Amino acid sequence: MRIIVNGDQHDVEPETLASALAALGYGGRKIATAVNGRFVPQAIRDSTRLAEGDQVEIVAPMQGG
Amino acid sequence: MTFYGVELSSRLLLGTARYPSPAILGEAIKASGAEVVTVSLRREAGTERGGQSFWSFIRALGLRVLPNTAGCHSVKEAVTTAHMAHELFDTKWIKLEVIRDDETLQPDVFGLVEAARILSHDGFEVFPYTTEDLAVADRLVEAGCRVLMPWGAPIGSARGLNNAYGLKSLRAHFPDIPLVVDAGLGVPSHAAAAMELGYDAVLLNTAVAEAGDPVAMAKAFALAIEAGRMACRAQPLEPRDMAVPSTPMMGRASLGD
Repeated sequence: MRIIVNGDQHDVEPETLASALAALGYGGRKIATAVNGRFVPQAIRDSTRLAEGDQVEIVAPMQGG
Repeated sequence: MTFYGVELSSRLLLGTARYPSPAILGEAIKASGAEVVTVSLRREAGTERGGQSFWSFIRALGLRVLPNTAGCHSVKEAVTTAHMAHELFDTKWIKLEVIRDDETLQPDVFGLVEAARILSHDGFEVFPYTTEDLAVADRLVEAGCRVLMPWGAPIGSARGLNNAYGLKSLRAHFPDIPLVVDAGLGVPSHAAAAMELGYDAVLLNTAVAEAGDPVAMAKAFALAIEAGRMACRAQPLEPRDMAVPSTPMMGRASLGD
């Protein structure tokens, strides 16, 4: 299944957001997520199923003004 | 000075971007005496670790963080970003930016008011980056904002207070709302001028981060803010059109023809 992660295409097994994050190397990281423009809290990443073409945004803390 | 029930003694809020190194950022924060630093959030790849090390660095400072929604151009983006920031930084505070124009980074004040209303309803404590427009400020307060952050000048422009009259009017109109000049300052005298107008605090980033010596500049701004605040409380003279002799004329010797 193909999904878009931070603008880049990735092939992942059909799965949940939590397992996709682990597969992409984000396990245990300080990140926040959104799918198709909607915020997905950490608590429901396990129960959020991804579908073909979903756009996943993954952000981390960064310097800002 | 109190923001949403949080008492702060430093009137300088400092941004964390554009410093030559994390070490200089750390020293500049220390020199500024800031108790609040602004942060942001950006995409990070699974192989990157920049965000994680920045987070460890910020957490070690033990300061309060004010996350921003920099770069957001729509209400939806700003609201989603605020929720992501809440989860990342574990704070209800959000510096709300909804930008309309990329050249001037002028706020989209219509989107700003709408996003402020949504976020206040969602339980956020909103610090809106706005213009000095009185009607917009009034709408923001109506939307639930209990702090207002009008710009001095466009972000990063170092132009100082473009509309001191407008900022002064805003102060007079909202005597009880904490007002912070956010953006556009270049040198400490700009910050002193904002404080002399009766502003509660100043938010800075580029003026310190991109100075030749950011640590010395951070200290200089801190001193200017303190001086400006003290001057405001000391009730400065109003400008006059005519000269007024400072030396008493009475008792002057008669030495003329």
